[in-house]
Amino acid sequence: MTEPILQTVGLSIRFGGVEAVRGVNLCLAERELRCLIGPNGAGKSTLFKLLTGQLQPTAGRIVFHGEDITGDHTHAIARRGIGIKTQVPNLFDGLTVREHLWLAARRTNSRARADAVTDEILERVGLGAQAGAVVGRLSHGLRQWVELGTVLAGNPELILLDEPAAGMTHDEVARTAELVREINRTHALIVVEHDMQFVRMIARTVTVMHQGAVLVEDTMDQILKNSAVRDIYLGKHGGA
Amino acid sequence: MDLAAVLALEILNGIASLVLISVGLAIVFGMMRVINLAHGEFLMLGGYAAIVATNHGVNIWIAILVVAPIVVGIIGVIAERLIIRVLYGRMIDTLLATWGLSLFFVGLVTTIFGNTVAGIGAPLGSVAVGRYSISLYRLVLVAIAAAMLAAIYVVLRTTRLGLIARGTMENPNMAAALGVSPPRVYAATFGVGAALTGLAGGLLAPISGVLPTVGAAYVAKAFITVISGGTAIMAGTASAASLFGTVNQLLTYLTTPIIGEAGLLAAAILLLRVLPHGITGKLFRGSL
Amino acid sequence: MVAVGVGTPLVVDQFGLLQLTVFASMCILALSLGVVWGYGGILCFGQSAFFGLGAYSYAVTAVNLGESTLAIVLAIVLPAVFAALLGYFMFYGRLSDVYLGVITLSVTLIFFNLMNSTAGDAYRIGTARLNGFNGMPSLPTFNVPGDPGRLLDPTETFYLVMALLLIVYVGLHALLASHFGRVVVAIRENETRCELLGYDVRLHKLLIFTLGGAIAGLAGSLFANWGAFVSPNVFSLTTTSQIIIWVIVGGLGTLVGPIIGCLLMQYLATELGTQQLANTSLIFGIIFLAFVLLVPRGIVPSVTALRGRLTAARARSSA
Repeated sequence: MTEPILQTVGLSIRFGGVEAVRGVNLCLAERELRCLIGPNGAGKSTLFKLLTGQLQPTAGRIVFHGEDITGDHTHAIARRGIGIKTQVPNLFDGLTVREHLWLAARRTNSRARADAVTDEILERVGLGAQAGAVVGRLSHGLRQWVELGTVLAGNPELILLDEPAAGMTHDEVARTAELVREINRTHALIVVEHDMQFVRMIARTVTVMHQGAVLVEDTMDQILKNSAVRDIYLGKHGGA
Repeated sequence: MDLAAVLALEILNGIASLVLISVGLAIVFGMMRVINLAHGEFLMLGGYAAIVATNHGVNIWIAILVVAPIVVGIIGVIAERLIIRVLYGRMIDTLLATWGLSLFFVGLVTTIFGNTVAGIGAPLGSVAVGRYSISLYRLVLVAIAAAMLAAIYVVLRTTRLGLIARGTMENPNMAAALGVSPPRVYAATFGVGAALTGLAGGLLAPISGVLPTVGAAYVAKAFITVISGGTAIMAGTASAASLFGTVNQLLTYLTTPIIGEAGLLAAAILLLRVLPHGITGKLFRGSL
Repeated sequence: MVAVGVGTPLVVDQFGLLQLTVFASMCILALSLGVVWGYGGILCFGQSAFFGLGAYSYAVTAVNLGESTLAIVLAIVLPAVFAALLGYFMFYGRLSDVYLGVITLSVTLIFFNLMNSTAGDAYRIGTARLNGFNGMPSLPTFNVPGDPGRLLDPTETFYLVMALLLIVYVGLHALLASHFGRVVVAIRENETRCELLGYDVRLHKLLIFTLGGAIAGLAGSLFANWGAFVSPNVFSLTTTSQIIIWVIVGGLGTLVGPIIGCLLMQYLATELGTQQLANTSLIFGIIFLAFVLLVPRGIVPSVTALRGRLTAARARSSA
């Protein structure tokens, strides 16, 4: 494999007595689309927070494009090219959709170029009609897309999506899957999701987490046949 | 040798003073997360209550230990019902409303009593320590401060009332399900905090006299002590007061009172830089 | 506003002119907190600290040099430097709302205590005696730069202050529309998202806080010039709460709001001050309480919201 875009080595974080993430070794290639699944409490969102610098690991390293970014500040990591759509949407409720995308785009582009990028992304994500709407008043599904568009507008190489399909209707889920596939043509993605329909629509390699550690990593079909995976979802404590 | 003793007593005085003015605020902040900017005015009202009572013939000790806390306690309960309760959960609005309340009290007292300093003499006289003489009254204050902290600890830890209060603060819905009325608990807690503050005001009246505006002098120090102490009422107030009282009095002794004051603020800022949630946010966690 | 500014000295008498001059100076002070709090979301309860620092910086420098130009510059720079230092401690220490409010409040109160105790000959900076609670009287007022003998008369001072108010207002307006300004507003909306987009939140807060300090300092020099006098009251709880009241009453999140709030409250204070019926603090306290309990968003946003509802209602009835 050519040099991976992201690598974590023995990444762990401990909160008091609980190790929320245990020795995770992840390896992501350029423009790879990885799905990250696992029952609630498996440590998926915590792993994301470690990757974006919102939490500091108690052990292990994170390497992005060959550079050790462990312990860097959140904004520094964002500048390096990692973007995230958080589990609970982080949006500027008082600002319009256009302003969201503009703020994201403007950091890396000139004023003129930022406007162009904003229009592009509005088009790409299909939010053109809502460009002037105040985000606080939009429906949940639209808010998810706004956040997606905002992250995209910053043009990060690696995009982390934490439950992008949560709370969406069937049509919205299908649209989101299409969007994710389209984004994957130019960006690497790690997607955390519970909605298995959605995961099946986009999955290539799937990583399953359980109690903070990686249980198994395989293609979707193999995962579905894996009895250990079934066990952890059904509550039986298979594996460590 | 006597100098060391006097210095030690000065430091104890400083600590006791901080404890007295802060403990009521610590109760209200620690248990209800309410920042009461009228705190200084509660101190002032306690002082006025004590002085007015004394001037009307009430024994000075009763005026200070009984009248002052009761008067301010009642005022506190009324304020809680009319204002704090309405804004519960809106921290910034509570801050602003209590600020309005503080202005209101200052204005009210000025209208009723005028702008001059009222005073009563400190009872008990002084005692000689070597070449220096120290006020016995101040020693009494130190004892009372220690007693207050002990009493709070005992009440919260061992009595049913304390348990109810702690439980309601942690989880009001659960407490309600168990038959406790959270609004009553809040009113009582705020009332107790106000009463203790009134008591402190009464206790300090013989030492510093009262002006309608005397609250402002105390408010900053009380807040700094409470915020630096963290959420544990007793441990927090005790540790923060000890730290700042020592810094303040030492610097005052070595240089000037101004440097002492500045030192207190500097210590607080440094402490908060290192321990943003106060001392008991990190150390003595889970204590009362 | 320009027309009013230009026309006023022709219509109003000397006393009225002086009143309006100080009102305008206070509007600049109101704007400083309006931008730091209303737009930056930084709960600064001690804005009077920078106001007072500016006033005293002007006083000490002007007394020592006998010339006002450098004094005005220092009145802007010194509070800004102090704001930067304080801001560094607070924002890089990731202190939250409530703590910010309390610390900034404490700072101004400490200054108040500090300055009150500087009475006596020993406390002087250069040739300027600080005088403690008595205040520093007979301060040199503004002169034409480079010509210490040529002092500005009341009309010229009025024009100067109005011009400064205009410059500050327009400048802030432009700043808030710029990239930096929009990031600052976004930080107020959601700090986390701003960071996740790559913006250094702490730095932005530090910069806007410092700017607020500088503007407050400028207002301080204007105030010192107006009365040719400065006392520790510039640091008092009363002063700092007045600034907050202006912003609350006028409306958080607008630039016009603080100006309107300031003018309204200043006018009220002057009227109340001349009557003997009731104590000023009492009335202010009641107004404050009423506003927080009944009109929490302030006049301007509430009026705007009301107008919005009326327009919508009219549109519905005519549809």
